[in-house]
Amino acid sequence: MSMLETQALTREFGGVIAVNKVDFVVEKNMITGLIGPNGAGKTTLFNNITGLDVPTSGKVFFEGKEITGTKADKVCRLGIARTFQNIRLFKELSVIDNVMVGRHFHTGSYKNRTVQAIMSYLMVEKEEKDTYASAMKWLEFFGLEDLRNEKAKNLPYGYQRELEIARALATEPKLIFLDEPAAGMNPQETDDLMKTIRRIRDLGITVVLIEHDMKLVMNICDNITVLNYGQKIAQGTAAEIQSNPAVIEAYLGKDEDEEDEE
Amino acid sequence: MGSASLLFQHLMNGLTLGGIYALIALGYTMVYGILKFINFAHGDILMVGAYIGLFTFDALRGSTPIGIWWLVSFFIAMVVSMMGCAVLGMAIEKIAYKPLRKGSRLAPLLSAIGVSFILSNGAAWMFGTHSRKFNYPFDNSPISIGGVVITPHQIMVLVVAIVMMVALKIFVDKTKMGKAMRATSLDSETAKLMGVNADMIISLTFGIGSALAACGGMLIALDYKVYATMGTMVGLKAFVAAVVGGIGNITGAMLGGFLLGLLETFGVAILGIPQGFKDAIAFAVLILILLLKPEGLLGKAEKEKV
Amino acid sequence: MFNFFILILIYTCIYAFMSLGQNLITGYTGMLSLCAAGFFAIGSYATAILTKLGWSFWATLPVAAILSAIMGIIIGLPTLRLKGDYLAIATLGFAEIVRNVINNWDSLTNGPMGIQKIPQIMVFGMNVSPYKKYGFLLLEVVMLLICWFLLERLASSRMGRALEAIREDEIAANSMGINVTKYKVVSFALGAAVTGIAGCLQAEYTLSVSPGSFVFMVSIMVLCTVVLGGMGNFVAVILGAFIIQFISYFPQLVGLSNIIPAQAKQIIFGLILVIMMIYRPQGILGRKERNNKKAEKAWLEKKEAKA
Repeated sequence: MSMLETQALTREFGGVIAVNKVDFVVEKNMITGLIGPNGAGKTTLFNNITGLDVPTSGKVFFEGKEITGTKADKVCRLGIARTFQNIRLFKELSVIDNVMVGRHFHTGSYKNRTVQAIMSYLMVEKEEKDTYASAMKWLEFFGLEDLRNEKAKNLPYGYQRELEIARALATEPKLIFLDEPAAGMNPQETDDLMKTIRRIRDLGITVVLIEHDMKLVMNICDNITVLNYGQKIAQGTAAEIQSNPAVIEAYLGKDEDEEDEE
Repeated sequence: MGSASLLFQHLMNGLTLGGIYALIALGYTMVYGILKFINFAHGDILMVGAYIGLFTFDALRGSTPIGIWWLVSFFIAMVVSMMGCAVLGMAIEKIAYKPLRKGSRLAPLLSAIGVSFILSNGAAWMFGTHSRKFNYPFDNSPISIGGVVITPHQIMVLVVAIVMMVALKIFVDKTKMGKAMRATSLDSETAKLMGVNADMIISLTFGIGSALAACGGMLIALDYKVYATMGTMVGLKAFVAAVVGGIGNITGAMLGGFLLGLLETFGVAILGIPQGFKDAIAFAVLILILLLKPEGLLGKAEKEKV
Repeated sequence: MFNFFILILIYTCIYAFMSLGQNLITGYTGMLSLCAAGFFAIGSYATAILTKLGWSFWATLPVAAILSAIMGIIIGLPTLRLKGDYLAIATLGFAEIVRNVINNWDSLTNGPMGIQKIPQIMVFGMNVSPYKKYGFLLLEVVMLLICWFLLERLASSRMGRALEAIREDEIAANSMGINVTKYKVVSFALGAAVTGIAGCLQAEYTLSVSPGSFVFMVSIMVLCTVVLGGMGNFVAVILGAFIIQFISYFPQLVGLSNIIPAQAKQIIFGLILVIMMIYRPQGILGRKERNNKKAEKAWLEKKEAKA
């Protein structure tokens, strides 16, 4: 059984079919790439899986259970975390607070909600200490611990991307969706990111990424799915994708190298 | 009176009220279309317009007896009031909103609330809290056309409202400036790259919107007198009209205005909603439309890009 | 003059309650509500009606707060998914509807005349009617301190952080496992409850209520208070309440109420909003940063112990 699966997932926006009957499969402990030209429907597919958008038709299964149309917060609690294409940090909060937000639903350890509310009220300090320590783990994972008291908006761009991933990891996901994590990064930063993604995978977390940087995708993805005009046109390993005529035709164009620069 | 003509009567009343709402709603919608913010002071601009109109009209007609000169004076006063409010609207934008364009979205809204307070209380200070009668520039005795009783005022409101709306529609659709305005509303960044002077367009939008409000203010003052807080409730209702029609959409604002006028009139006359709850109708409509079709009747759904 | 100063303090406390509620809703959760007058009215009328039925202060107070909170939930559930400006107008609409209902529901609220001659209250067997101002002020201050402490505590907890996350970016907060709707409604209801307490105090102080006291102006004054003091800072909004009330009663305080027109203060409030937005949008004291010092210290100690 695949970890995550969509069946004929379709999303229409007033007549425009952004995602058209896509069967998208993610295998456990692998790094899956989702590529395609701009407007191919990649982010829409992400949004429909992670609960920020509801599919027009089709189904989504996670670990064998149907999660179609489940709200974003529930999806996150089930173990699917994500980052955003256009970085959505809590700008005015400090770096550590951003990650602590990720710890939110793991804190408050009392099952009964009322008791939990009261206990978290009485024991704010103890709870905060635990949350802080567990959030710091993830800042250390990225080497951002010295920046913990900076406001998120004051971080350089590359760090902001890392912080967003740290925040997502703090929710302790089984599966993480990264939406264009290398966008705007220089080659050095992209190399570091590649290592980071492998380290995340080594923690036993399954990774799915949308990326335009072909070098990154071809290097680290075990499995790649290609979308074009909302439809899945290919799926396979890096080598298979690179030699797939439909992909070359529709996505990479005639001159592969040019597209690589994107 | 037959029930059909009674119905027609209510229809006329509703359309008159709606025409005024529509004129005012246009200002809200145009500003929202371009700056994505609600100009809370819009209702108070219409109050200023009514005062300017009243004073100009009274000065011009002097002690002459009612006649054609009154009507001429009224329209001269309307032009003066519209120009005065256009300048006021543009000045407010320059002083209170422009410095806030880069900041949070809450800032211009709060600033607008502040401006609204300054205008309405400033007027109360200068002109007193009593309401002043705005004389009809003609004999407003009802006339009967085929069993339907209408007043000359109603005819004037409808004529003026429709002329203004057609003029605006032509301006926006056909002229170069109008096109620049629409372009800025669709995508201000791209419009700027194409050489549109965004600052100028924003000023123009405030100018036109405020002028229309002044016009609406004078028309409503004929029936409801002139006082410092006259714009608050009318302004809010016109805003509701803009939302109902689809905020940012000029045709929508017109439609919403007429629709709300009709709903209020029929709500009281036909559905038997107590007069005391008349004001609540608009807000109930607002809440309903926001829940059922938040983009309004003619608006396009806008989804936040994730 | 000294009496006016006491009066200013009494109203400062009442407005401070409203501002604490508004601050939770707007400053922390980022929802621009213009409904303060509505919740204030519900708290006031509940108190007036129940006190007239012979209820004691301690029985009335929680009911006033809970009724306001319920109203907050009723208003909040349908409207809270609206964004910024829309929410402002929808909540304003609700406040107007509340006033409309009060104005017209004669059998319960006595319509535009309002309810007069509310019995004076006894607290711990003491009469703290308006004729004994110190007692009332003391009661207010104690209640305000408790309320402030509890809210401060709430803000520093995980819930406070969740609210701030929602303010900063709703979609991201939602994707981090935070039930945005739930927290928004809870924040709105709590803010409404605190505002309802202000209404209760107002009714107990003036011993009469009428629809005229709950106009849109009240909501604006509360908003002005929060903006002036500093959004997202409970201490700041209490300071703001004092400044606003000081300006309000300044003419009486210096004995110039005959010369300074009543509109002057409202024009000043308008100017405050505009000028603050342009030159100091964060308010006098600014937002209160989250304080993780203790947690940070504990973490550092643990780290050293390991090393």
